[in-house]
Amino acid sequence: MATQYSVSAQNLVKRYQQEEKGKPPVLALDNLSFAIEKGEIFGFLGPDGAGKTSLFRILTTLLLPDEGTAQVEGLDIVNDFAKIRESIGYMPGKFALYQDLTVGENLNLFASIFKTSVEKNYDLIKDIYEQIAPFKKRRAGKLSGGMKQKLGLSCALIHRPKLLVLDEPTTGVDAVSRKEFWEMLKKLRESGLTILVSTPYMDEAAQCDRVALMQEGKILSMDTPDGVVQQFSKPIWAIKTANMFEALKDLRSYPFTHSCFAFGESHHLVLKNEKTDAKAIHAYLLSKEHEGLSVERIKPGIEDTFMDLMLHES
Amino acid sequence: MRTLRFLLEKEFRQIFRNPAILRLIFVMPAVQLILLPMAADYEVKNVEIAIVDQDHSPMSRELIAKIDGSQYFELTEYSDSYEKSLETVELDKADLVLQIPPNFEKNLIKENESTLFIAVNAINGVKANLGNAYLANLIRQYNMEVRLEWMQLPKFNPFPMIEITHSNWYNPFVSYPLFMVPGILTILLTMVGGFLAALNIVREKEIGTIEQLNVTPIKKYHLILGKMIPFWLLGFVVLTIGFLISYLIYGIVPVGSLVTIYVFAALYLFGILGFGLFISTLVETQQQAMLFGFFFMLIFILMSGLYTPIESMPDWARLIAELNPVTYFVEVMRMVVLKGSTLHDITRHLVITGVFAIFLNGIAIWNYRKRG
Repeated sequence: MATQYSVSAQNLVKRYQQEEKGKPPVLALDNLSFAIEKGEIFGFLGPDGAGKTSLFRILTTLLLPDEGTAQVEGLDIVNDFAKIRESIGYMPGKFALYQDLTVGENLNLFASIFKTSVEKNYDLIKDIYEQIAPFKKRRAGKLSGGMKQKLGLSCALIHRPKLLVLDEPTTGVDAVSRKEFWEMLKKLRESGLTILVSTPYMDEAAQCDRVALMQEGKILSMDTPDGVVQQFSKPIWAIKTANMFEALKDLRSYPFTHSCFAFGESHHLVLKNEKTDAKAIHAYLLSKEHEGLSVERIKPGIEDTFMDLMLHES
Repeated sequence: MRTLRFLLEKEFRQIFRNPAILRLIFVMPAVQLILLPMAADYEVKNVEIAIVDQDHSPMSRELIAKIDGSQYFELTEYSDSYEKSLETVELDKADLVLQIPPNFEKNLIKENESTLFIAVNAINGVKANLGNAYLANLIRQYNMEVRLEWMQLPKFNPFPMIEITHSNWYNPFVSYPLFMVPGILTILLTMVGGFLAALNIVREKEIGTIEQLNVTPIKKYHLILGKMIPFWLLGFVVLTIGFLISYLIYGIVPVGSLVTIYVFAALYLFGILGFGLFISTLVETQQQAMLFGFFFMLIFILMSGLYTPIESMPDWARLIAELNPVTYFVEVMRMVVLKGSTLHDITRHLVITGVFAIFLNGIAIWNYRKRG
């Protein structure tokens, strides 16, 4: 039964015509199929331009797919768009509420557009709204970034949607607010809400029930965060040296290297097989006159998996 | 209905919180109505004249006194040398030179005829033409007076004479403000209807709020009506303020019924709002909307018969003027304010404006890509 899913998509394709004539259209979504269960926090992870926003705009009926179909809460996104709009809440990446209306007026406006009232659904937004309630009379344009986000979330929730779609809600938000935000989402999930969220931050994957790694309009992998990481089977090492720049070049030319990327303060070295051990790496780096060596076997993270999958794609 | 009410409430809140719009609505009509008709006057006054009097007779003095007494002329130079007077023209101190030759009086009395010479500075064509005509008129009048004084009226006219007199209907004193003010009011309404509405919609596009509204079950017509009604009403406010100003400053009271004007304005605003809506569907930013609007406003104003009569335009330009909705509003305004035309008299204008309204709103809605 399709209705056990909150969202399901079959072979979605979206192309964008290029500005310059003669150039082939850009494939924003490339034959995308997936299914999202009810009541889960589902994360779409991927770099800018992976097609996350296009996908969300199609699911929220703002954009028509060129090919394929999708259902939201059992309703077709093309034929039943009017009904879908009643049962989803959408928060775009950019703050898009009326800056010249006050916090309270914005909330009331969206409540009344959905033919409901703030009082009726207050229990759902209570935790979030209470934090901005002291600024009820303030104009939305004069709020801080975190406050705006909370107001946006309140407005997206005010009609008690079945599905909440959040496009990069944590982009440009400080670490504390980000943590707070995910706490809020987890609380919301308890009420049975399905939450679709996109983010370019790999470290946020762990907060989701399931994630899909996206790249150039394709889903590279779709699983629980642990499941995604488990797909990664090769040995991985974290390496530090005194000259990180040279080390990256040297490690990449190491014959047993599968791939090597800079990850913050260390390099993550993926080897072709288990035969090479720490001693061998050590010896190789010493032969290249590297000093201050630190070679450590680590567990792969979601970012390693993503890099690996990306490598396979291209 | 409830949704629409909330949208309207929101729209009015935003309008009244935007000081720029408020200023525009109240200050723009005042400034335009006060400034434009007073400054931009077609009537040529104060034509500067240099007179070369080489006759120095009672008659020449009489003629000079007559010219100097006229409100149209200002005597800036009085000499007895033509060269000297021409110099004042070259220095741009005089627009006209009138030369009264020696023996002007003598010839007139002895030979019953005499000559005068007029030289005109034609750099400013309008001034030259009108100044020349005024002066010729004055001299003709003087001539008549002289003839009446000297000649015994014959028993019958030796030659049949046609004397032309005229009276100005609808604007007896050919008052310029009376002619211009109603026209400028139409421009104000066009700005509010076309410009402000378009800018308002594009602003929502720019900020992204329109997207946020689009994911709600709001109906397309709710959204459009929610935008149109506030500016439709604002149009009436501006029109009313405009009439108040024109009454207070120029004492203009429409001869015809205000109801006629408001009925026409209602239809016209509906059409011009459709035009604004259409512009807003074409552009993405307020800047683009401004440029588009400016382009159309210029054509609308200059090709509407507001400043130059449509009848004197070449055929192709008349065609453009006839396709310009402002043309009909300018005509109706003048007809009702000056002549007192009734709804019945402006039937043709109502029909054409109705067609415009349907057409403009049609393409706007057709181009407005929100589904549903």
